[in-house]
Amino acid sequence: MQKKYSKLFIASLALLSITAKAQETIYPTAAQKGTTVITHATIHVGNGTVLNDASISFENGKITAVGNNVSIPTGATVVDATGKQVYPGFILPSSDLGLREISSGVRGSNDYQEIGENNANIRAIVAYNTDSKNIAVLRENGILLAGVAPQGDLIEGAASVVQLDAWNYEDAAYKTDNGIYINMPSFMPRRGRAAFMARPTGIDPVKAGLDKIEIIKKFFTDAKAYYQEKTHIGNNLRFEAVRGLYDGKQKLYIRANEVKQMLLAIDLGKSLGFNIVIVGGSEAFQIANILADNNVSVILDQEHALPTMEDDDIDQPYKTPAMLYKAGVLFALNDTHDQSRFRNLAFNAGTAATYGLDKEQALTAITLNAAKILGIDNITGSIEVGKDANILVANGDALDMRGNIFSKTYIQGRDVSLDNKQKQLYERYKFKYGIK
Amino acid sequence: MRRIILSLVLLVVGVAAIAQESFPINGIRDVRAGMYAFTNATIIQNESVKFEKGTLVIKQGKIIAIGANVVIPKEAIVVDCAGKFIYPSFIDPFTDYGAGTPKRNTAGFNYGAPAQFSSNKSGAYNWNQAIKPEVNASESFNVDEASASGYRSNGFGTVFTHVKDGIARGTGSVVTLASGSANAAILKTKAAAVYSFDKGTSTQSYPASLMGSIALLRQTYMDAKWYLTKPLNEGVNLSLEAINNNNGLPQIFSADDKWSTLRADRIGDEAGIQYIIKGGENGYQRIDEIVKTKASFIIGIDFPIALDVEDANDARFVSLADMKHWELAPTNPAAFEKANINFSISAADMKDSKNFLPNIRKAIQYGLSENKALEALTKTPATQLGVYDQVGSLDNGKLANFIITTEPIFSSNAKIIENWIQGSKYEVNASEWVNLAGKYKLTINNGITKTDYAVELKKDLSASIIAADTLTAKVSLNESLIKISFPEKKGKAAENIRLSGAIVGADMTGFGTDAKGAKITWTASLVGPLVVVAEPKKATDSIKLISKVTFPFVGLGNEVIPQQETILIKNATVWTNEKEGILQNTDVLLKSGKIAKIGKGITDATARTIDGTGKYLSAGIIDEHSHIGALSINEGAQSVTSEVRIGDNMNPEDVNIYRQLSGGVTTSHILHGSANTIGGQTQLIKLRWGASDEGIKFGGNDPFIKFALGENVKRTTSSNNNRYPDTRMGVEEVLTDAFDRAVDYQKAIKANPNTRRDLELDAISEIMNKKRFITCHSYVQTEITYAMRAVEKFKAQGYDFNINTFTHILDGYKVADKMKVHGASVATFSDWFNYKTEVQDATSYNAAIMQKVGLNTSINSDDAEMARRLNQEAGKIVKYGGVSEEEAFKMVTLNPAKALHIENKVGSIKVGKDADVVLWSENPLSIYAKSLYTIVDGTVYFDREKDAVQRTKIATERTKLIQKMLGEKKAGAPTKPATPSYQTILQCGDHEHEDHLATIYESQNN
Repeated sequence: MQKKYSKLFIASLALLSITAKAQETIYPTAAQKGTTVITHATIHVGNGTVLNDASISFENGKITAVGNNVSIPTGATVVDATGKQVYPGFILPSSDLGLREISSGVRGSNDYQEIGENNANIRAIVAYNTDSKNIAVLRENGILLAGVAPQGDLIEGAASVVQLDAWNYEDAAYKTDNGIYINMPSFMPRRGRAAFMARPTGIDPVKAGLDKIEIIKKFFTDAKAYYQEKTHIGNNLRFEAVRGLYDGKQKLYIRANEVKQMLLAIDLGKSLGFNIVIVGGSEAFQIANILADNNVSVILDQEHALPTMEDDDIDQPYKTPAMLYKAGVLFALNDTHDQSRFRNLAFNAGTAATYGLDKEQALTAITLNAAKILGIDNITGSIEVGKDANILVANGDALDMRGNIFSKTYIQGRDVSLDNKQKQLYERYKFKYGIK
Repeated sequence: MRRIILSLVLLVVGVAAIAQESFPINGIRDVRAGMYAFTNATIIQNESVKFEKGTLVIKQGKIIAIGANVVIPKEAIVVDCAGKFIYPSFIDPFTDYGAGTPKRNTAGFNYGAPAQFSSNKSGAYNWNQAIKPEVNASESFNVDEASASGYRSNGFGTVFTHVKDGIARGTGSVVTLASGSANAAILKTKAAAVYSFDKGTSTQSYPASLMGSIALLRQTYMDAKWYLTKPLNEGVNLSLEAINNNNGLPQIFSADDKWSTLRADRIGDEAGIQYIIKGGENGYQRIDEIVKTKASFIIGIDFPIALDVEDANDARFVSLADMKHWELAPTNPAAFEKANINFSISAADMKDSKNFLPNIRKAIQYGLSENKALEALTKTPATQLGVYDQVGSLDNGKLANFIITTEPIFSSNAKIIENWIQGSKYEVNASEWVNLAGKYKLTINNGITKTDYAVELKKDLSASIIAADTLTAKVSLNESLIKISFPEKKGKAAENIRLSGAIVGADMTGFGTDAKGAKITWTASLVGPLVVVAEPKKATDSIKLISKVTFPFVGLGNEVIPQQETILIKNATVWTNEKEGILQNTDVLLKSGKIAKIGKGITDATARTIDGTGKYLSAGIIDEHSHIGALSINEGAQSVTSEVRIGDNMNPEDVNIYRQLSGGVTTSHILHGSANTIGGQTQLIKLRWGASDEGIKFGGNDPFIKFALGENVKRTTSSNNNRYPDTRMGVEEVLTDAFDRAVDYQKAIKANPNTRRDLELDAISEIMNKKRFITCHSYVQTEITYAMRAVEKFKAQGYDFNINTFTHILDGYKVADKMKVHGASVATFSDWFNYKTEVQDATSYNAAIMQKVGLNTSINSDDAEMARRLNQEAGKIVKYGGVSEEEAFKMVTLNPAKALHIENKVGSIKVGKDADVVLWSENPLSIYAKSLYTIVDGTVYFDREKDAVQRTKIATERTKLIQKMLGEKKAGAPTKPATPSYQTILQCGDHEHEDHLATIYESQNN
């Protein structure tokens, strides 16, 4: 019996290794050598402008020339993009990519949420798994950079930006620990899961929420005092982890959807002197002008969502980006859909374009604005000289599923693989069925 | 101790009327006739007969004479009721007074807990703990003085009471609210049998959903009928026996919501029962459908109170529907009257019973006639419960159950003075009885001198002493004992004169102390009436309502349900889905709900013309896999629940119906969830926004059933699953076993028509005989294959059926060839992956591979949000695998129509098919495409321009109602904190969203 089991075990291991191997032959690309020039392209710069029949030249991973008069050095790799649309690489601004392989039911794959109320010192970057099967799928869909953030009860920890073509997390790190995430407590009464038996819990959510905000404030006030100490009684990892907030090197990312949460977030930012970003923002359209007046930027989660209330305009989440734009809010679009694993970021922008945004503005919301919010706009987010060559070459309008196929994708000038496990499975079964 | 004393005192009051012969007496017997004559009253004998200056004579707890010219018997104790009003006391037809309803565990049902498969109740009873028809309230009934006095103070004399627990609740009794013995209070032991949808305190897992409750009840009725045939193997089943024994009684069904009342009536129709339906307060929203039940009703009057919406942020989360209902609920009784529905009123479910009379008066203010109100509180409940021969009006021989009031009971200041039950008096506002108002001469005698004062005493006992100054006196009255004190003179330092005495006839007399503390005696004699300044009569405010009933009753509903039109769409690019392909500059005529003509230059003078220039016309989108528009989705308490039907619990007011119309969806297949291997029967609907729960059903289609395989049915997320199966090996056997049982079942029915009807096996038998078709949730290739083999096995026994459709099917590409041989259709997602272990091999190229292998392939939503963008999901299949645009679009139109066997009616633009079409602003596969018009059966249910108008209307109406609520708050009306109007989104169990503030996503994946 024992023997039989072990045989079965070995057999299943063997099976596992076959399936698991599927994308193991997709290699991260080595650093760019020489010069690449993309010619005759329609270039969507990412800052709102479009260049027709233009070229981009890049070497050592950096863009060296953009425009209608770009010279092609001898030996350069030339990519003729006649009839193609060229975009800056899309940026997924906030996610658990690489921290949670499978979105539900598999505890073992979860590395995105630590125990405890205050985890200021934990760092998403160290758990970012470059071997996640999800990464290559996102690349196929034009996402070349991603913000990776931990989640938690209150103070969640440090987020980083990664580039999606790497051997390991140190290679992937694009900007490390660029922000501290906190989770704003909710002020809404909670209901039980099952509607027909649900009732408010009897706890005053407003009071409970305000109490939690006090904990946050106290933490940051105590941290400030800690930094003034000549000698510490002991090292405080949490305080040490958030120093960047005080000298503007880090931003405070605040998860908030309710108006009350956002207003208190603004207050938090002002009273502490932090640079804050609202993450979530489903109700941001209600106070768009307040957000703009206070220079608060927003990462707008999951636009492909149902309106909050039965009476809301049926296209409310779809048109929220246009409302923020009109009010002058700096915002980026995000895709948090757990079943399609964030691959539809471009289509969130497409929907925003259908419901009131100009197409180039919509593009900006997943490129340059995201870069600005993440603090990386000096090196990426648009196709401009001096920036990293994070570039997409698309067959058509990349914000529309009808045109969203990429023939070339460059990260830091590297011509990265567009293959992934899903495509390999396609090939495998095309072979089985003799499909051409 | 205090309680005991209290009840003793009350017993004394009660002893007079009724004595019990079989009970030995400790002491001396005390027999009295209890004969009273109530004279000079305005007597309202019933809802239509009234005597001014009438007399009512009662004896031994019964009425012996009533009328205008009654001779008062000499032996009667006369109670002069001049200026008072006498009404038959009220009857509440739906309480649990004194019945001992067990308390519910408020923690609610725990989906993660291990399942309880059998009943905890010991004895020869039903298998299900929620079925307890054997319970008789008369056996547990006890007089509950505290609760009785509450009812009595609202004018009730009689109630129907039952143990308010369970789906079959047994019988209830009609009892009076008299103190004393239960024996005397019970008028009818088994007055009615009661049913509900609510399993109450049952701890058994099944049923875990509304549709499960319905199925259980239907099965129970069938079992009871079958039990009459004395089936040998069943042995004794006291529950089924009780149902049969109670058959002759009135049958009451508790169903508080408007749709639930219709559901209850349909159960009754099937079982051959016309229920008396206990409804709630929202029947007015669907009065036409409610009339059609032909049922007699018991309705509630627990009208919602205003919400505190001062905080704009709180107001934001209150739906217009909730605010409208707040305004319109008081019109509910009037709506029932206007619709000629026979109804009684129950106060039993009121959160605060003090609101009972005010709410009745409110209902009258909102259009209910006074006569109807009285009838609904007296005659109708008595008739419904078969006790009109005893109570419900003031007729000779009936119980002496009546109330004496200060004014007509429905006028706002009326007070109930006394409530007489079975000939015994219960005081409610005894002080109202005594009206001492008048001018008195007060004489104080200190033994030396007599001092006279003129006193003016008002009805409310405020009094002025007219001496040198006008002094204010304090007067308090305890029945006929009176206390008076007033200052000797004006000023702070003045000492009080304190009098204590009794009322003696029309005068008062007693003793006391004067300002110096000396003893005095006093007399106050009535010298004349007060000059009453008549209060100007308040003009009754005419009620101005902001809200209108809409269909459905939500912000996005219409005052008039959209009607079918003749519509001519001119000059559009028409995606036919037929061999004609895409036609340019083409006209399409819709007439009588069908596609009448396709071509160029079509004219029709009667048609509404829509310019389609530059636009795209396509067939409406068909979602093969959806969970909108239903109140429960999963009945997961057992692994095989083929007896439950989604169609039993439709919610046609789900706003997602409208939202999906805006995404071009016209037909949706509402599936049971994936909690169990053999789930429930599905319901195909058309998105007819505003139609009833029956009206949204597709009609005339082949019925389907949901099966599920894999992680969900083996309850992967539960750490302590005890429900079989726990592995895919077990899932396969559950399938085989179900069909195996159905084979034997069918044989048994053939051999013996008295075989127990089994709703579960009926459905499985239908599948095997190709009268019902399987749509099967599935992921990995093993389960896809074994599911096909499990059904194919039965070919050998003459059952040639298959798995009609595999849904989810993310591993489908691996066994596409096998599914093709089997003849299955497939319906999948465009690009989902890695959201659970069983989808690690998901590829977005799946649909393309399956389509290329030759399977009828659809893209479905399983998601209320994504269903609004199914056209785009189809567009992705062009991106992932290079399927042509026309073929990709068929994946959300014609292909699902084929999978659902409705391709002869919908799915393409073809003459003769249903006029279910969408006019798009762009190529329908594009992300930039918006539906401008979505038309179902030739009826425009979504019109983007009209939608824009509706937005303004909603905003205006919300503002007005918020203002009205704020106005009420300012005027001092009670309010309650605004609670968010949560939306519940039901889903299959495979994914959860947490991105919404006021939305509860519920997968019920148990």
